[in-house]
Amino acid sequence: MAIIVDDDTRLVVQGLTGSEGRFHGLRNRSYGTNLVAGVTPGKGGQDVEGVPIYHTVADAVSEQGANTAMVFVPAAFAADAVYEAVDAGVGTVICVTEGVPAHDMLRIHTYLHGRGVTLIGPNCPGVLSPGKANVGIMPAEIFTAGNIGLISRSGTLTYQIGHELSQMGLGNSTIVGIGGDPIVGSSFIDVLAKFQADPETEYVVMVGEIGGDEEEKAAAFIEAEVTKPVVAYIAGFTAPPGKTMGHAGAIISGSSGTAEGKKAALEAKGIRVARTPTETAEIVAEIARR
Amino acid sequence: MDLYEYQGKELFRQVGIPVSDGRLALTSKEARAAAEELGGEVVVKAQVLTGGRGKAGGVKLAATPDEAEAYAQDILGLDIKGHVVKRLWIELASDIAKEYYLSLTFDRGVKKPLFMFTTQGGVEIEQVAAESPDALVRLHVDPLEGFQPWQARRLVYGAGVTDPSEQKQIAKIVGQLYDAFVRFDAMLCEINPLIVTPDGLVKALDSKFTVDDNALHRHPAIAEMRDAEAADPLEALAREKHVTYVKLDGDVGVCGNGAGLTMSTVDLVTFAGGRPANFCDLGGGGSAQGVVDALSVVTSDPQVKAIFFNIFGGITRCDEVARGILQALVEMGLDLPIVVRLDGTNAEEGRRILAEAAPANLHVSPTMLEAAKLAVELAA
Repeated sequence: MAIIVDDDTRLVVQGLTGSEGRFHGLRNRSYGTNLVAGVTPGKGGQDVEGVPIYHTVADAVSEQGANTAMVFVPAAFAADAVYEAVDAGVGTVICVTEGVPAHDMLRIHTYLHGRGVTLIGPNCPGVLSPGKANVGIMPAEIFTAGNIGLISRSGTLTYQIGHELSQMGLGNSTIVGIGGDPIVGSSFIDVLAKFQADPETEYVVMVGEIGGDEEEKAAAFIEAEVTKPVVAYIAGFTAPPGKTMGHAGAIISGSSGTAEGKKAALEAKGIRVARTPTETAEIVAEIARR
Repeated sequence: MDLYEYQGKELFRQVGIPVSDGRLALTSKEARAAAEELGGEVVVKAQVLTGGRGKAGGVKLAATPDEAEAYAQDILGLDIKGHVVKRLWIELASDIAKEYYLSLTFDRGVKKPLFMFTTQGGVEIEQVAAESPDALVRLHVDPLEGFQPWQARRLVYGAGVTDPSEQKQIAKIVGQLYDAFVRFDAMLCEINPLIVTPDGLVKALDSKFTVDDNALHRHPAIAEMRDAEAADPLEALAREKHVTYVKLDGDVGVCGNGAGLTMSTVDLVTFAGGRPANFCDLGGGGSAQGVVDALSVVTSDPQVKAIFFNIFGGITRCDEVARGILQALVEMGLDLPIVVRLDGTNAEEGRRILAEAAPANLHVSPTMLEAAKLAVELAA
């Protein structure tokens, strides 16, 4: 099964004719993702290595049955691209674009409420279900297929943990990069609920970082709703308050959003929090082999 | 991006929120001229991107242009929590009968804008929230519906404002503040204090305004308000070179690719008993030139004694990073010890390139943990 992307994914890439969109879209296709269309207004009728390009997402849906959209357009146009994909009826939108204004995301988040669409991102590396489909920019060769769900606000840190898991002979059902912005389409809780419902996932690794309170909310959700073992890692223990640490969302405001606070909230609910990426993999290995 | 009080007030003025007439002054002579031009009593206010300037002596009431000049002399150059005063806002003094507080913030948790209003203004809002939470009225706004007039009434009546003229003026300002928040892509708009003068006029006596960096492309005039001199000089250099850099106060320089991995690397240096000098994220690309730029920023900090270069190659290729490191060593004549850890895409090739060149100050470590320990030892 896996979650969000799998063998049933029919992908349309918004911005497939741009250099980044083309590179990663074709990379996803060579991995085995069913890339059915690209969308670039004004370039309908062209193709990118055999992938048909349409003017609109609606055309890609009606002509090619696309059910998942990946947004690879510049930040200033990303909100419009997300609205277009949702309106065209795709069930999953994965927005890789970095730098989307926070107010755009406020409105999108409110708009999506109750529409049954899964938005991942923005500012995210995408979603990978090893052996099934890769939608985004993750280097799939690092990960192996397995029974561990992985959710993260970060890209390379996730690769690091996936790599350490692989080296210990452990693999992933799905890896979900939810993105590093203050407001993202899917929170830890949204993805935890999907992993809880996924029969292929037996354990979950949650990789958080400073800023906001989504890890704290996830802690309460895990206690109430998740029966599968969860191991957490938090980055940013030494980050100073008031400074944005690379991700727009990674900022300690006053005394809220600290790594210590998140660690304490998770541990209070009985969730183990590792100090390093290596220790994260070690704890998972220990639990999985028990 | 945080704005100075006078810049925030300019945005307030654009949406119609009443503010006092004032002038910017960079020297004490300009402060005198401003006071003369404004006429009457003025307040000389230090413009710094931090709070607590009143307590630090950064705000003075001047009865005459002479006094304004003298106070300006005192305040310019003052160090307020590490921020040196270089700009002054000279404003007509206001008589204050009451001090209220009004703000609109970006509530990440609820994912809606949040109004906060209280008649207990002029103090830290955290203090009001802690000591008399009932006095603080909080109200979320649906970002799609936008501001509705009833919301202003909820705030005004909820906080116990009884004077009809005040109610009317504040309700109007509430709507205008929402307008400013949306129009300028703000993350925070705060008026503390929102004053009532003895003759019943309501106006913003201060402003705290933060604009979303990701939205600055929509606001070129605000983007130009950035004071490059106010930033840490190294952070300004990093901005120029498109390197994501945050200055910390230790001696182990840290470079990584990706925000999460770099934060994790900074943590590991601390756990290994060291003190990180910075956070430096190469970003996703990681071209050889990007590596050179990052190293040039990190080594501009004289406190740095060793560097930990931590790369997990995904889209970034480790061979490209290795070439960048060698290029930087040659171009910059770097002789500081550098510990490099490469993993992921083309890591073997990258390690081979470094091993072949084998500069004396370059150490290649197989894991993040060992690399962190070594970098801390080399900095000691």
